[in-house]
Amino acid sequence: MKQNAKQFRFSSGLKQLLLPLFSLVLALALGYLTMLLMGYDATKAYQSLWQGIFGSTNAIAESLVQTTPLIFTAVSYALAFKAGLINLGGEGQLYMGAVWGSVLGSRLSGLPTWLHWGVIFAAAFAGGAIWGAISGLLKVRFKASELITTIMLNYIALEWVSFCVTNLPFKDQTAGAAPRMPAVADNVKLSLLLPRTRLHSGFLLALLALLLYYLFMWRTTKGYELRVSGQNPNAALYAGMPVKTNAVLAFGLAGGMAGLGGIINILGLQYFLTEGFASGLGFSGVAVALLGNSQPLGILLAAFLFGALNAGGIRMQTAAAVPSAMISMIQGIIIFFAVSPYLFTWLWTRLRPDQSSRSQTLQAPPSSAAISLAIAPDQRKSEPEEKR
Amino acid sequence: MEGILNTLTNFISADFRTAVPLLLCALGLVFSERAGIVNIAAEGLMLIAAVSAAIGSAYLGPWGGALLAGVSGLAGALIFAFFTITLRANQIVVGTAFNIFAAGLSVTLNRRFLSGMTVTGYSLRPIPGLSQLPILGDLLFNWQLLVYLTFLAVPLLQFMLYRSNLGLKIRATGEQPRACDSVGIKVNRVRTGVVLFSGILAGLAGSYVSLGQASTFIEGMVAGKGFMALAVCVFGNYTPIGALGAALLFGAADALKYRLLTTALGSYYQFLNMLPYAITVVSLMFLSRHSNKPAASGKPYIKE
Repeated sequence: MKQNAKQFRFSSGLKQLLLPLFSLVLALALGYLTMLLMGYDATKAYQSLWQGIFGSTNAIAESLVQTTPLIFTAVSYALAFKAGLINLGGEGQLYMGAVWGSVLGSRLSGLPTWLHWGVIFAAAFAGGAIWGAISGLLKVRFKASELITTIMLNYIALEWVSFCVTNLPFKDQTAGAAPRMPAVADNVKLSLLLPRTRLHSGFLLALLALLLYYLFMWRTTKGYELRVSGQNPNAALYAGMPVKTNAVLAFGLAGGMAGLGGIINILGLQYFLTEGFASGLGFSGVAVALLGNSQPLGILLAAFLFGALNAGGIRMQTAAAVPSAMISMIQGIIIFFAVSPYLFTWLWTRLRPDQSSRSQTLQAPPSSAAISLAIAPDQRKSEPEEKR
Repeated sequence: MEGILNTLTNFISADFRTAVPLLLCALGLVFSERAGIVNIAAEGLMLIAAVSAAIGSAYLGPWGGALLAGVSGLAGALIFAFFTITLRANQIVVGTAFNIFAAGLSVTLNRRFLSGMTVTGYSLRPIPGLSQLPILGDLLFNWQLLVYLTFLAVPLLQFMLYRSNLGLKIRATGEQPRACDSVGIKVNRVRTGVVLFSGILAGLAGSYVSLGQASTFIEGMVAGKGFMALAVCVFGNYTPIGALGAALLFGAADALKYRLLTTALGSYYQFLNMLPYAITVVSLMFLSRHSNKPAASGKPYIKE
């Protein structure tokens, strides 16, 4: 029996990898076709994409640089998602964290470095958390759909950033400086992991964030409560869990994570905040979390995939003159297929010539996979253990 | 007196200009929402349509632009319908992916086909006779064709949704899909139909952004209008007439923004830019309690 359970697990783990891989191949093929149709040199584009990802130490470092913020925004979405909430506001939360973090990073001086870091991270976390918690509050208090409020708060945050980089008291007052906020103090800038690249120790902090996400969600009572709310809100209510407070908490933590992602890109990469420095990271984080099935390891792999594609895309633009935006398109297609586990069953029933079996299969309930997104990815995992 | 009147007419026409794409897109969303489909891909549909309209117009003229926008909206909706209805994937997830896809595609299309091209916008079509009326003539009867059609569509679609057999089917599909199935209504066919319909409307709405409000395509010019259309649909309590009211309110917020830009507040324009988004959030606080939101909203239907 034990052997059986192990086998089942192995094959389901394989299946979890198979679909994303299949989606990646399909998306790259469709991207290739699109580039051909538009009259670009598609082969050269993919060659330079590959070069931009793995071509040199610098390229690999650059891929990891792009991976770092995606881990944070992906954890932001995943944490809320596990609690049954949809956080499309990662971008706004990231910007809010970056603003407050860089205010304290540039204004404070004379503190010991470790304390200064603590203050900056706390401010960034709080900035993002408050922005996230607003959506949570609006949801539990007024039943306002978080789908719309999180997105609207993104746009409001963008305008706030635009205000901060052009107006006193926030803007950088250096004569002739482009619109931006003042640079953070030298002692809090994150050190480089690899000399002569841009890879900074923020990447390690991202790994730490993933670990914390895992420990909180799967090893604490609060995390358990949140996951129950996500899987079965009625059960959570019946068990007497503070469902509403938990929803606000989940949104706050999710926002805080995104906020940390924002400030880490500033401390490690940019040193000062400019308008649009993180454009698109929020929604890419959503995509990464979806591709990684909101699991820590899955998020890491998916974030690397998307980060690498982003890094390679820049190279593709310079070397093959294909707009790097093509990468977003490919990323969108990856998600289309990756979130459609029913695809295989559907294709299988189409490809089989035998009509009678076709109608039979169609009538069968969709494999647990099809609803897995709506319900619980871990539920599937726990099944074989119970049988044992 | 003259001055006040002028201000007022300017304000109202600015209101209409902003409201039209929101309304047009929201009308489609009302139908798809009522059938149980949450379509946050509207943003991406509008974005692709805006660039398609500009390309069509640059190569074939404004009519070509409208046609290409409608076709691109339809094609985008087909993708959305295939994944959410045929493959039963989560609607919000596919919508998000679609928006990422659309952001990439629109920029690529723009760089490939629109650099150095001139785009002709939709032309004004004053209605003979009526447009000569004092004040009202210019305000109501001197617009692009698409604007008249949008406003005419409101009562028409309201009638269709509440007084026609098809409308009943659509609403029933969103409330009780299983019951519909048992009386022989093809749930997924109805849903696919409304998604395609809303895709065409979102496409035309996108074309108004690039060819009506401007005569050019700028990357990112849709800037959340698709999401706002979704808010218009919710705030309008999922009815065409309600969507009209909500769209005009949002348009008024935008028009107010432009009025205030010329005053002393103009130097804080970022806060004025927040207005439409803030009003969207506030409006949701008041209307989400008693809503027509369908029972089966967002749930894929699986035939047994």
